Amino acid sequence: MIEIEDVHFRYPGGVEALKGVTLTIRDGEFVAIMGQNGAGKTTLVKHFNGLLKPSTGKVRVDNTETTKTSVASLSKTVGFVFQNPDHQLFSETVEEEIAFALKNFGFTEEAIGKQITWALNLLSLAQYRKTSPFMLSGGERKRVALASVLAWDPQMLILDEPTIGQDHEQKERLRQFIVQLQTQGKTVVIVTHDVEFVAECNPRVILMREGKIIADGKGKEILTNRDALTQSSIILPQIAQIFTHLTALGLAKNVIDIYEAKEKLLRVWRKAEE
Amino acid sequence: MVAIETRNLTYTYPGGTKPSISDVSIKIEKGDFVLITGPSGCGKTTLCRCFNGLIPHFYQGELKGEAFLLGKDVTKIQTHELAKNVGLVFQNPENQLFALSIEKDVAFGLENLGFSREEMRKRVDWALNLTGIYDIRERSPHEVSGGQQQRVAIAAVLAMQPEIIVLDEPTSFLDPLSAQKIFEVICELNKNLGITVVLVEHRLDLTAKYANHIIIMDEGKVCSDGETRTILSLEETRLIGVGIPKATLLYNLLTREGMRLGNVTPLSSDEMAELLLEALKDR
Repeated sequence: MIEIEDVHFRYPGGVEALKGVTLTIRDGEFVAIMGQNGAGKTTLVKHFNGLLKPSTGKVRVDNTETTKTSVASLSKTVGFVFQNPDHQLFSETVEEEIAFALKNFGFTEEAIGKQITWALNLLSLAQYRKTSPFMLSGGERKRVALASVLAWDPQMLILDEPTIGQDHEQKERLRQFIVQLQTQGKTVVIVTHDVEFVAECNPRVILMREGKIIADGKGKEILTNRDALTQSSIILPQIAQIFTHLTALGLAKNVIDIYEAKEKLLRVWRKAEE
Repeated sequence: MVAIETRNLTYTYPGGTKPSISDVSIKIEKGDFVLITGPSGCGKTTLCRCFNGLIPHFYQGELKGEAFLLGKDVTKIQTHELAKNVGLVFQNPENQLFALSIEKDVAFGLENLGFSREEMRKRVDWALNLTGIYDIRERSPHEVSGGQQQRVAIAAVLAMQPEIIVLDEPTSFLDPLSAQKIFEVICELNKNLGITVVLVEHRLDLTAKYANHIIIMDEGKVCSDGETRTILSLEETRLIGVGIPKATLLYNLLTREGMRLGNVTPLSSDEMAELLLEALKDR
């Protein structure tokens, strides 16, 4: 569990990136943090594994304050996958990349081999085990970065902009993958602009603007709240956009799922046919 | 007039075992707004590199077939010559920016073409304003966010006002509202100045409505090429794994159930809402 209590954060340069954030993320939750460029999303999640420590306020991970422990020990619980995989990858082969953290955590040789195989299979990367990460495509490098974090099986996974540069099928695979992690009771936090992806996943949504949380609730509720979204530079998902125009037909606005939309519209149509 | 044409274009990167694009024959008319899409690794970026001669002048490898930009054979004319006619914005802005200030980066291309000081000032300010980075023009392009860097790369190309602009996922780091604003600016340049736009994008929800022409690629080949509304209403297109706009998808789902929504496939939520209101209002 992560508890954030009135956290302010100021970068050494002087920019106050967080201006009083209070938030609890319980085990097993799936949360999307959204907001405009520079709203403080990445700054906030970097507090979850102690990469950043609050200027004032408290951050507790599983009841331990992040100021009283190290990033290395927090990383065992909280795995962080960066936006740009090139800021994370450095090894000669995919296998070594994944082994690196496992060695640091003191896993045995045998366990390391097993974990690597498991993570590579999970992300369909098995054929690249001996390949240099830099020979792979952008989408594949992103999956290597994800595999290297998953390999030590953290309880909580933070994905910073996981859908950038990913095509439709890769996004669908990522969505199914998150669902799978959820069934294992893992906590998943994504930082994203991708409103259509979030609409398909329908997680808890937190909107940020200028270092503060301006809305926090169920996906369906937040993603159909035009005022809050506009303040965060987010556009309504397309299905929600359509439904804002349909109130004259007696339809509620809060629809984000295409199949729900289809059923509702067919009902209106068939009712009239009778 | 034809802006870009390729005939049976096939290209293999040095050391590559199979071609990245194979047998690509396309024709882009002047004034078109073309969307190129398809799964990652399908050859979209490689194809774009042929448009300004980066392939074969910068990237070695093996090129077969022909490519013409405004009737000029790109294999015979150097990239810097073609740069007067075509501007490219790449996927990763970090690879494109180099100057000490954002303003200098945007001015660089104009300096090289020998524009007068006043003309340069005018064009640079125009491009900085259009992309919303005028206020940060004196900062280094390397200390601003990825989204801002993308704006700088776009401004640098706009300032040149080339006849053809090729943009490879130009707004991936920008928040949706900012991305939409950039696409609207590009769409206006296309409409008002007749600039030909070639846009590589996965996010058709944001971009399909601007395009009159769409090219879909898969495994190095062109698998669909035609009018945007026609192509996006085909079931085959969905099966390739293209992220069809939700408004278009909903239209396809409902018409397949027998609902009559007219024969013009919608590309945006506004168009779809209008069709639904028209069909259901008297009911």
